[in-house]
Amino acid sequence: MEVLVASAIGVLTAAGIYMILRLRTFPVVVGMSLLSYAVNVFLFATGRLVVNQPPILRDGVTSYTDPIPQALVLTAIVISFGMTAVVVMLALGAFIEASNDRIDLETEEDGR
Amino acid sequence: MSPALIAALPFLGAALPSILIRTGRNNAAAVSALITGLALLGLLLNLPTVLAGGVVETRIDWLPWLGLNVNFWIDGLGMLFATLILGIGLLIILYARYYLSNRDPVGQFYTYLLLFQGAMVGIVLSDNILLLLIFWELTSLSSFLLIGYWKHLPEGRQGARMALTVTGMGGLSMIAGMLILGHIAGSYDISEILKHKDAIQASPLYLPALLLILGGAFTKSAQFPFHFWLPHAMSAPTPVSAYLHSATMVKAGLFLMARMWPVLSGTPEWFYIVASVGLITMLLAALIAIFKHDMKALLAFSTVSHLGLITFMLGLGTEAGALAAVFHIINHATFKAALFMSAGIVDHEAGTRDLTRVSGLRKLMPITFAIATIAALSMAGIPLFNGFLSKEMMLEAAFHTSWLHNEWLVPALATLAALFSATYAFRFISHAFFGPVSTDLPKTPHDPKFGMWLSPAFLAVLVVAIGLFPMVIAGPYVQMATNAVVGGGYHMHELKIWHGVTPALFMSIIAVVGGLAFLAAHAPFQKIWDAMPRPEAKVMFDWVIARAQALSDWVTQGLHNGSMARYLMLFTVASVGAGLYAFSTGMIGAPTRELTPVNGAAIVAWILVLSATLCIVAFHHNRILALVMIGIVGLTVSISFIYLSAPDLALTQISVEVVTTVLMLLALNFLPKVTQIESSRFKISFDVALSVFAGAAVTGLIYALLTRDFAFPTMSGYMLDNSYNLAGGDNVVNVILVDFRGYDTYGEVTVLGIAALVIFALTEALLQGASSRKLIAWRPDVARGGDKHPLMLLVVTRVMMPIALVVGLYIFLRGHNQPGGGFIAGLVVAIALVTQYMASGFAWTQARQKVYYHVLIAAGVLVAGITGAGALFNDMPFLTSDFGYVKLPGLDKFELATAAGFDLGVFLGVVGSVMLALGGLSRLARRAAMGEQEGENGPHIAAEKPEARVLAPLAAGPYPPEAKVPRRWWKTARAAKEATQAEIAAIHENKKNHGGDH
Repeated sequence: MEVLVASAIGVLTAAGIYMILRLRTFPVVVGMSLLSYAVNVFLFATGRLVVNQPPILRDGVTSYTDPIPQALVLTAIVISFGMTAVVVMLALGAFIEASNDRIDLETEEDGR
Repeated sequence: MSPALIAALPFLGAALPSILIRTGRNNAAAVSALITGLALLGLLLNLPTVLAGGVVETRIDWLPWLGLNVNFWIDGLGMLFATLILGIGLLIILYARYYLSNRDPVGQFYTYLLLFQGAMVGIVLSDNILLLLIFWELTSLSSFLLIGYWKHLPEGRQGARMALTVTGMGGLSMIAGMLILGHIAGSYDISEILKHKDAIQASPLYLPALLLILGGAFTKSAQFPFHFWLPHAMSAPTPVSAYLHSATMVKAGLFLMARMWPVLSGTPEWFYIVASVGLITMLLAALIAIFKHDMKALLAFSTVSHLGLITFMLGLGTEAGALAAVFHIINHATFKAALFMSAGIVDHEAGTRDLTRVSGLRKLMPITFAIATIAALSMAGIPLFNGFLSKEMMLEAAFHTSWLHNEWLVPALATLAALFSATYAFRFISHAFFGPVSTDLPKTPHDPKFGMWLSPAFLAVLVVAIGLFPMVIAGPYVQMATNAVVGGGYHMHELKIWHGVTPALFMSIIAVVGGLAFLAAHAPFQKIWDAMPRPEAKVMFDWVIARAQALSDWVTQGLHNGSMARYLMLFTVASVGAGLYAFSTGMIGAPTRELTPVNGAAIVAWILVLSATLCIVAFHHNRILALVMIGIVGLTVSISFIYLSAPDLALTQISVEVVTTVLMLLALNFLPKVTQIESSRFKISFDVALSVFAGAAVTGLIYALLTRDFAFPTMSGYMLDNSYNLAGGDNVVNVILVDFRGYDTYGEVTVLGIAALVIFALTEALLQGASSRKLIAWRPDVARGGDKHPLMLLVVTRVMMPIALVVGLYIFLRGHNQPGGGFIAGLVVAIALVTQYMASGFAWTQARQKVYYHVLIAAGVLVAGITGAGALFNDMPFLTSDFGYVKLPGLDKFELATAAGFDLGVFLGVVGSVMLALGGLSRLARRAAMGEQEGENGPHIAAEKPEARVLAPLAAGPYPPEAKVPRRWWKTARAAKEATQAEIAAIHENKKNHGGDH
């Protein structure tokens, strides 16, 4: 299982980085989303992988998974929504203002 | 008065002159004088203690773990300097009142002056080097304001910039040196550092610390080769020059050397660096001063020369040197301030201060002449004036100094410098005040008003008084300050005019006679000097600045050329590089954890994530497809969370997934639906290589973590053990969020709210001006579905709405003990609301929505904050929660926890934020849709907010929009409802007219 999770995080990271290096806003936003998944799962996984031991206290159960990464990641997920929303809005605003969705500033050649 | 208050007074009062200037210049000057006088009085109240050898202290802890404390003390040296700063400050305030004209912003001047004064007093009274550094930088900043006070003069601005650059760089160097010094001494308190002479001088870091500290002192005190900024700072108004360059700013470097004298001096390094630099500066600047025609420039170089003298004396490292330095600090401050003010008077009254133009002023301005002559003779070192006494001491000390076993070099150079010094002092008098009366001046000069010459006259009296009765007037001060400089136990010999026939007397005579001879031969020498090629410091400085700027441009352009792809690439490369470094230097033990077994479902999920991700990369040019694939990734991740014992995360992820997708779809409505291929093959290959490498690195890192146990016991044990006992909750994740780590959550909800407000602000901006017109002109670039609001969807969402709300409530309530809580409930409710917008349209939903989302966000933060603050009333820290169990008849026993109130805040914040964010995007969509129906609905006024709907017809009508807007939003909402019904009716009307063309 560790191999699967680790490789999935790696693939998500790689894809995310590749996408944020594109030249248009939408792929960059997509890349940020992929990176958010990668980072969130990464943080979650630092609590180590545990099956069937949710951190909900029950009588007679003594072993639980680590709740702290979960709490961290829970808020991180919500915050990353906020971040994505701001970035999307910026991208959209830039597109409407500039009539193109290039992510780089115009170079001199474009300006001519 | 406490030292801290003395240092704080000028700062506290700094705003007053700028305020009182409205009532006239006199009041502004008076209040500045009052503040300065008060500080001076407070200082002098401590004089008896300090004279008796005591030290007055204020100690306030500020950041004790950094060693940075607000520690002030008044010892002999601080007392001397503070008296000079405040005393001459008082005289300058008076002088400036008459010097500055009606057109100058006088209030500002006094404000800057007080700021500067406070910073200077702070320097000399600080007993903590970090605190001293803060004041040191403040003097650089405030002197920048003062030197550049005449903003309309380019020289003023350039001079101010140069002064700031040079002294600022020196300040940086000094920070480093001081930190090293504090590190060696183990304390940042000066009084403590001064006790560690042996440790400091034995340390291998002594020389670096010394060089760095001297870098600060030499730049501030304009020592060679940093002397060039001071003459350029002369473009400041004369009161500023008189203040900064006689008693204060440039003396700060000397003060620092004197302050650190007990621990830094006495070594060969100290002697050869400090004494040599001082001697060179003294000689060189005196020579340059002789050939300056501008009276202020002459005085500027003479100041540099005298600062060199004092540095030279401090550099000797002997008690006699320290005494001469201290005494000359006092004497120089008195005669130089008087000279600057006299030059200012000449400039003010004659309209020029060029020595080749003014002449014979003795007859026109007798009072000024008398003052200037007394001060200049003191500067030349003529007996009966105070300058003579300290110059004698200097020559005497120089006579006993050998440089690299050379007995005559130092005395000869010192005598030569004294000769030059006499020359320019004589020239100042003879060229300006003697000779034929000049007739072609811009103004006819005459003595100024009493108020203007009072200050220099007072100083001239001091010059004579100290010159005649040194022991009575200055003796106690000199003894007190010298004792502080040498670190205690000092007993001064009597200061007297006549020491008998000594070598110093002969050197003095040579200097004076030689000076007179040089002056007689001035004209030919001036010709030679003018014809000589000389390095021009300003040109070199400008060249260096230009190169530095070009270099920083080059670096900045290389890194930040406006290409975001490049920043991100560099960022990734840097992160990967840092990771590689850590990997190559760190250690890793053997794996300690068993691998978790894999089952079929996990493999399916893995394949799903991988293939969806790779599909995104491969087919991302089709944006809708990329969005669908993102959805697959998100859903699989949520399911994996369930499997891996994180039900709360799964719930959160899946609800966030829904809102994110809606958000992206709304954005994609406008954005192009395909991405063109425009990266070069090389860029694509490079990016692939970089991202694959980074991905592999992350895989390796997390795999290494996953196969090893925690290196240290985690906090989780505490959380699990105490979740029920302390917070009364079974769901540990939720308890951490709302209780143990409530502060974090509080911050996060606030951040989320801010993000939503940012989006709102961006939307507002886009709904105005050109972008609004673009939106109206926008036409959909893909075919639309036939029915905007399909009936089935409409019915389903409306039926689902109450159910979804109940589910949200349920999730919220059970959150403390079962998966759920404010975050998830907020998201669920937000989704329920969003579906209403999607199915029934923005206008329909908005008209039925009675609450602003802004209000929800604010309420959320407030509710959470107030719940947290409740703990304060029980004498518990902020956000401590409490809980209890309640039994109501007919129900099971249930729990009430204050954390639920906090969670309610979270819930409200999340609902408000998500809705406001999505609402922003749909407002844009609606604006664009209005364009489609142009001609049907008339003027397009933002109809998104309830009251805007009411405003729409008003704005079109003859009344100003403000006229009829009800104040209360709920009334507005009611009005909006009626307006919507009217609009619906109008649409029906339209349909009838157009014969149902939909």
